[in-house]
Amino acid sequence: MTPTTQDRPSITLRTGRFLRDWPVVTLIILLLALVGLLELMRPGIVNERWIGNTVRIAIPLAMLAACQTMTMLTGSIDLSAGAVATISAFVVATQTPLLGPHAAIAIALLPAVLLGLLNGIGVGLFRVHPLIMTLATGLIGIGCLQVYQRGVIATGSVIPPLLEWLGTGRTAGLPHALLVFIPFAALLLWAERRSGFGRLLYAIGANEQAARLSGVRVWQVHLALYALSGLVAGLAGLLYVGFIKAPSLSLAMPLLLPSVAAAVIGGTSIFGGRGSFAGTIVGALILRVLETLLQLLRMPEGVRGILFGLIIILVTAIHVRLTGRD
Amino acid sequence: MKRLLERHGWDMALAALLALLLLATRLIQPNFGASGIEALARAALPFAFAAAGMAVVVIAGGIDLSIASMMAVAGVTAARLMQGASAGEAGLVLVLVLLIGVAMGTINGLLIVLTRLPDIVVTLGMLFVWEGTALLILNAPGGAAAPWLRALVTGPALPALTPMIPKALVLLVVCLAAIWIPLRRSRLGLSLYAIGSDATAAFRSGVAIGRTRIAAYALAGLFAALGGLSLTASVGIGEPIPGPYLLASVAAVVLGGVALTGGRGGLLGPILAVFILRVIRLDLTLLAIDPNVTAILEGTIMAVVVMLGGLLLMRRRQA
Repeated sequence: MTPTTQDRPSITLRTGRFLRDWPVVTLIILLLALVGLLELMRPGIVNERWIGNTVRIAIPLAMLAACQTMTMLTGSIDLSAGAVATISAFVVATQTPLLGPHAAIAIALLPAVLLGLLNGIGVGLFRVHPLIMTLATGLIGIGCLQVYQRGVIATGSVIPPLLEWLGTGRTAGLPHALLVFIPFAALLLWAERRSGFGRLLYAIGANEQAARLSGVRVWQVHLALYALSGLVAGLAGLLYVGFIKAPSLSLAMPLLLPSVAAAVIGGTSIFGGRGSFAGTIVGALILRVLETLLQLLRMPEGVRGILFGLIIILVTAIHVRLTGRD
Repeated sequence: MKRLLERHGWDMALAALLALLLLATRLIQPNFGASGIEALARAALPFAFAAAGMAVVVIAGGIDLSIASMMAVAGVTAARLMQGASAGEAGLVLVLVLLIGVAMGTINGLLIVLTRLPDIVVTLGMLFVWEGTALLILNAPGGAAAPWLRALVTGPALPALTPMIPKALVLLVVCLAAIWIPLRRSRLGLSLYAIGSDATAAFRSGVAIGRTRIAAYALAGLFAALGGLSLTASVGIGEPIPGPYLLASVAAVVLGGVALTGGRGGLLGPILAVFILRVIRLDLTLLAIDPNVTAILEGTIMAVVVMLGGLLLMRRRQA
């Protein structure tokens, strides 16, 4: 039985429904529109090289935004991610001359996981508000890093060649960082939809009380979640230092607020239970394209800041309206 | 007495802690006296106003991430307009800056109410907007503060009587009391607490939620303007890059016993917390401890105090 045209809902309704089912599509359309605008303003700018560059810059941001996405799914946030990434980056650069690149990479991820566990203990066991807990661990971490810096000031810093290769190298236009990012993203996307752990994140975010009553040990999930978030932030820091090639005590700090913005633009609800890492990836790309666009317009730094802020609010508002979520 | 303790237990504990810390400072540095207190109060002034603004919004159940950027806008506006202005003109500038503060806060509140997005998202965006605005007004540190404004925050208030009460402290107390005490007793003050503790219940009892929220953000803007003005007054120039006031104000609000879920707490606690954090920093500097350790300690204190608060809450629930 084939339905006649009259039975079908109107095209706008169907589009709306489609977009609601596939919120990422809206974001991809927006991204393409922005790229189109860029090409209109400066014909020829959008080429293989530019795309490679944009992707390369967006990857550390998207990984930090992964921390925000995961934690936001449970209704919390990880404000220590910027500090954790900075610490891993600094430790790897200062330990490489002492221990060699591989041991240094392993050691650099240790403080990341430890700070994550600390967050998990605070949020999961002591029920501290995640905003405060992650803010505090970020402060503690940066303080420790500054003390640590005194101790290693003489050793100098070397970026492991592997990280530099990942951060800056490219083959046939494709940045090498994708070698880390694609498996990472695939794993995360699989985990959030298909694994028990991913489902638990959504369950806790949607209704923590209900999750607890159905037998979820919420504190264990929080512990694992924040440790994982710390690890991911550490990895992001390692990739970022390979890209920037100069470790500093505030390396990844400027990425923190944009990482929250990327997750929010990507449709992740800050109250938990809704969102996906797929949206966040597109959100990070949108932010990076937006930055190029604003730079291209040769506006003073102040105007760029104003537009950046307004666009974050606007995009989020439109996205919420289109997909009918709040 | 018991009721007073129950109601103001946290504030009293904070005040006792502050007194202890001041005593400790005296022991560490025997000649810590009037000038030390004066410097302390002057340094704490912008932090105190930031914490007050944040506290009002948090009590109403929101959060304002743009507070430090609004302070920067107010500070640079004052510094730019006061350069070369007469005393009378500077007075007009002062009023204008306060109005700008209220306007910025109102814009934040309006956007939150109209877009129906979470507070955190909107004020995160506005953080960039106000930061950019400050850079447009003054793209490098500069400008000047009117001499009388500078005199307003420096020196003792009653030099004839006692040098121990700095002008900055008097200014802080007068400003906060003039704004907060009448407000707290008014309908609006009650509504702020009502929407913070349960927005649905407040709505059903006839509180205009949207308007109250906008008022909360406008108040935060006013406090941010006061903070920016006091910053410009104490350094003498305008600084377009926002200072560390966002994190510090959130920390002070939480230490000060204002629940992040809204509806509980007052302004006294956060202000005491600001002074406690400042005195700790001062003591550590006096003890010649690595200033970086200070950051670790501040973070630890923040986390531990909130953890203890959480434990107490759990105990009470079980009991």
